[in-house]
Amino acid sequence: MSVTPVLSVKDLTINYDNFPAVDNISFDVQEGDCLGIVGPNGAGKTTLFRAILGLQSFSGNMKLFGYENPKYSSIIPLIGYVPQKVTFEPNFPATVYDVVAMGIISEKRIVQGAKLIQECGCCWNRVYQSIKKNEDKVTQALHTVGLESLRNRRIGELSGGELQRVFIAKALVKDPLLLILDEPVASVDVESQTKFYNVIKTINEQNKITIIWSSHDLDAISKYANRVACMNKKLFFHGEKEKFFSDKELLKTYTESSMQMHMHDHNHDMH
Amino acid sequence: MILEALSYTFMQKALVAGIAVGIICSFMGTFLVLRRYSLFGDGIAHVAFGGISVGLFLGVFPLWTAFIVSIFGGLGLQKLRQSTKISGDSAVAVVLVSGLAVGVILVSSSGGFSVDLFSFLFGSILLISNEDTIMILAISAGIIATLTLLQKQFLHLTFNEEQAKLGGLRTTLLNYAFVVLASITVVTSMRLVGILLISALIVVPNITAMMFGKGFKKTVFISMSIAVISVVSGILVSYSFNVAPSGTIVVIAVGILVGTLILKSTGLLRKVDIKTPSKISHNS
Repeated sequence: MSVTPVLSVKDLTINYDNFPAVDNISFDVQEGDCLGIVGPNGAGKTTLFRAILGLQSFSGNMKLFGYENPKYSSIIPLIGYVPQKVTFEPNFPATVYDVVAMGIISEKRIVQGAKLIQECGCCWNRVYQSIKKNEDKVTQALHTVGLESLRNRRIGELSGGELQRVFIAKALVKDPLLLILDEPVASVDVESQTKFYNVIKTINEQNKITIIWSSHDLDAISKYANRVACMNKKLFFHGEKEKFFSDKELLKTYTESSMQMHMHDHNHDMH
Repeated sequence: MILEALSYTFMQKALVAGIAVGIICSFMGTFLVLRRYSLFGDGIAHVAFGGISVGLFLGVFPLWTAFIVSIFGGLGLQKLRQSTKISGDSAVAVVLVSGLAVGVILVSSSGGFSVDLFSFLFGSILLISNEDTIMILAISAGIIATLTLLQKQFLHLTFNEEQAKLGGLRTTLLNYAFVVLASITVVTSMRLVGILLISALIVVPNITAMMFGKGFKKTVFISMSIAVISVVSGILVSYSFNVAPSGTIVVIAVGILVGTLILKSTGLLRKVDIKTPSKISHNS
């Protein structure tokens, strides 16, 4: 019996003013996958994520646990999402605890999504378990990202690495079935990156959360992802990470295109 | 002197209504200030001026027309922000001048300014009737109950609207509910400090409270306390010195803000390390 993929993307195209930001891509994500998406800046990774989350219109077909819209939309609240940037007022009067607690979704939403997932035969048992949990979900999420000691600290007083872990905790507090992370370690120091990667590994392996994660860090992708997708508007590769890293030609093309893009950005900044 | 003042029924009514208004303005104001809607109160109050003029022109109770016109003004402001590229402050300016212009036309065509209109412009908390007091208390109770019930949703919406939407919140509906609540708060509070000073009671206690660097609930509590202290002391001082209560309340609130700033600059109040003067992002 074939297993319904957590996410199925088919012939997806997204245009901005007639220019394709994402050009006819197709791939599946299976339950328990940790899919690393690599691609240069402007490759369409964020646009792809926004389409998955229902924030961006597209042509093509997308299924979440086998469902298209409108049922697709009912499951979106069960996706955890950490965007590349979250802007907020620097003096926003909210503590770490307050912000993580914002991630808790209503029981009605969980039941609505869980029923659909139960019908498609995917991981429904875990969803119902999450409803029945009585312990403090916020404390548990803060423990997972190692921020219990900062629970009463005001959000504007945190470092970049700490903030990033707060937003991961906020995404985890809903006990997501799928976690999407958009370049989560950009501009974060090396020590924070290591802590982050350990968190990713824990939630993927121990909590069995499916992860889609975009990054420029090939070294980290090679260590922590089990599958890789390489895109630059079009999808050049999607498959096992061992296959990606053993394909010297593909790696060379990716590294060169990334470098060219980086140099272009650098020159653009200089001017 | 204070005991003498408290023995008068009009002072008792003024204090009870004033405390209720102080609480709703500061509670609602926390969300308004954080959403950069600080001038929303000003905009809606000026629309309410138009509404009051309509009431006076038609000979109906002006506060009711002010409520109706302000709620529609608030919804119009929200629609203007959402469906056009007009920025928030420009949208407030458009709504503000529209309300004021309609008010001026109606006032001029009905024979000029009246005592009623002046009381709405500058506040008349010492002149409120029993019915007004009951109405202010009932509306305040409704606003406090609704804000408490929707506090988490409004906080998420205020923190980041897109994230709130992804969390399954009905952001469009919540935005409209927010605007309606804010409009009702502004019109209810006009009797205390008047159209011209209402935004001070919404904004000033909250700016002060945020300097204490606390979490959301504590900040709301501090803001409410500052508003209530300003209102009670403002009414009592105005009675003692025979000056306008509205101006006195606002001057005291601003005084507390200045005092807090001084405490902060001298290091007596814990300094809050804020990353940048503008908005910050989590990976910056």
